[in-house]
Amino acid sequence: MILVLIDHDRGELDQLSLQALTAARKLGQEVEAIVVGKDGASLATIVGQYGAKILHVAAHADLTDYTPMASGRALKDLVEKLKPAAVLAAGSPRGNEQLAHLAAFLDLPMAAECFEISLSSSADSPHKVSRSRWAGNLIEDAHVYSQLLIATIVAFSTEPESAAGPAASIVEFAPSLTPSDTQVRVMSRDAGDTGGGVTLADAKVIIAGGRGVGGSAGFAKIEELANLLGGAVGCSRVVTSSGWRPHKEQVGQTGTKVAPDLYLAAGISGAMQHIAGMKNSKTIIVVNTDPEAPIFKYADYAIIGDLHQILPALTAAIREATREAKA
Amino acid sequence: MDVLVCLKRVPLAGGTLILTPDSKDIETKHLGFGISPHEENAVEAGVQLVEQMGGTLTLLTLGPPDAEEQLRTQLAIGATRAILLETDGQEWDPQGTAAALVDAINAEETKFDLIIFGAESADSAGYQIHVRVAHALNRPIITNVKAMKIENGTLSCDRVVSAGREHYEAPLPAIITVRDGLNIPRYPSVPGRMQARKKPIDMKKMQAHVPKLEKLYLTVAPSKSTGAEILGKGVEAVPALVEILKKIGTI
Ligand SMILES: Cc1cc2nc3c(=O)[nH]c(=O)nc-3n(C[C@H](O)[C@H](O)[C@H](O)COP(=O)(O)OP(=O)(O)OC[C@H]3O[C@@H](n4cnc5c(N)ncnc54)[C@H](O)[C@@H]3O)c2cc1C
Ligand SMILES: Nc1ncnc2c1ncn2[C@@H]1O[C@H](COP(=O)(O)O)[C@@H](O)[C@H]1O
Repeated sequence: MILVLIDHDRGELDQLSLQALTAARKLGQEVEAIVVGKDGASLATIVGQYGAKILHVAAHADLTDYTPMASGRALKDLVEKLKPAAVLAAGSPRGNEQLAHLAAFLDLPMAAECFEISLSSSADSPHKVSRSRWAGNLIEDAHVYSQLLIATIVAFSTEPESAAGPAASIVEFAPSLTPSDTQVRVMSRDAGDTGGGVTLADAKVIIAGGRGVGGSAGFAKIEELANLLGGAVGCSRVVTSSGWRPHKEQVGQTGTKVAPDLYLAAGISGAMQHIAGMKNSKTIIVVNTDPEAPIFKYADYAIIGDLHQILPALTAAIREATREAKA
Repeated sequence: MDVLVCLKRVPLAGGTLILTPDSKDIETKHLGFGISPHEENAVEAGVQLVEQMGGTLTLLTLGPPDAEEQLRTQLAIGATRAILLETDGQEWDPQGTAAALVDAINAEETKFDLIIFGAESADSAGYQIHVRVAHALNRPIITNVKAMKIENGTLSCDRVVSAGREHYEAPLPAIITVRDGLNIPRYPSVPGRMQARKKPIDMKKMQAHVPKLEKLYLTVAPSKSTGAEILGKGVEAVPALVEILKKIGTI
């Protein structure tokens, strides 16, 4: 049996968990699921639809919100009882964190961010996994020496596929929590500063600047174009670590991952850590003085030249074109 | 306030990755080395805490003897001292690394009030060494921290999620893992570099370790890219770009 941790936020499903369920089904064994906290019981229908027969619900008065170490404890209790062949979860910050707690409790290896899994066929041979390194730019093939495989599934490596299954039957259990398990948990939250404008993650158009912009003043040209197109400003890490723009505008591996309809990258070289955050954009346009810059490989269209001349000219030309269209 | 930061020497790869002939590692002949951005934020956070509250900042790494270079750079921005657990250059798996870090921490006279990790390592990104260390030391751990403060022995931290910010608290001694954006790491100054040369680094040779997560080989992920259509050079190409924007429906 494969046990899949379904992550949720106070009852709201984390969609990536459906990818983990889909990946689990491909291993050719029965699939069961677990949610931590009573709120998760509402997910029995969708979890069943994606192929889990049983939804185990870890219920406890202290489990009202995300409590990562307690999740690890609940998983441990269930693993010891049911002896699954593998425990899987989504390769998300929460999925990785909760399974790391399980792995630490059991002192067993964990393979994070896997593309592929093949379970061992006998007790003394290892499991085989292919996992992501360097933000998905390298694939590591590895052996995992442990009877129980603990692994997370890299986001967007599998499309969630419905199994058209009936609602999973709910089996509630009380995890054996200790006080230290529930010490760290979400105490409160706030909506963050939306600032009225379009947020990076939701923007349909992103105009992004890199080191080539030359300084915070140069970003006026980027802002103007972004405003004109109803889009958001993005930037590279060089820009945030130089203090030219706030970190919330950083696109990439350690910034925000985006997939807008249009991503225009000006003065950005295209380091793989930047590419990791924007390669799923529908149309990518590049403005760069150096035709050898790696970003050209990932772009759809490009202009070779100085952004300080091209962007103002582009802004003016778009204004002109929209005026003509209105007239 | 005694703070410990754990960091890892990694190649500074940005462009195309090239592998060694045995496909076990990245070819580093033409690459520099550094630490992950998250860990730069970890060191900066440690330096700031010691500036505000006094105390010491210790750095800890498991890696090849050359990792001294990364320790010296981080000592130059304000750490007090460093510990280097020397390997033969082979990467250790997360369990082995965590166990070695735990042994080193337990061997210290200083009982660190706060231990800071990066959220994940730049190269192997196992997302776990910190959690393992927290369990072994029986300490609370708050991960993916983007804002933090310490008041009356209580640590309060924010984690950024898609819907905003989550707030967490824990008593000291504790462990946190931090993310890029927590602060703006400073660059080492020339006097800082001079002082760093004389700061103590304790070296300890490690015995080879048998991994339970065993790296077999690496492959470079195929990129689906075909390359851009060049619209032209300079402002003369702008009208062509405007036509593209019309075609894709942006304007
Ligand atoms: C673990 C890790 C995580 C990272 N995470 C991120 C991340 O999330 N996001 C990120 O962006 N980076 C990240 N980085 C950093 C990344 O490796 C690069 O250092 C960074 O993306 C480079 O930024 P850049 O393209 O702006 O600067 P550069 O690489 O310096 O490129 C500047 C470009 O501007 C061009 N240019 C210069 N002048 C002009 C002009 N007048 N007009 C037009 N073009 C011009 C140049 O030709 C060049 O191509 C990470 C690195 C590591 C190791
Ligand atoms: N070899 C190492 N020596 C010291 N600290 C490390 C080492 N490897 C990883 N770490 C720390 O553990 C964090 C998480 O690493 P990982 O579990 O590999 O993603 C890193 O950001 C570092 O802070």
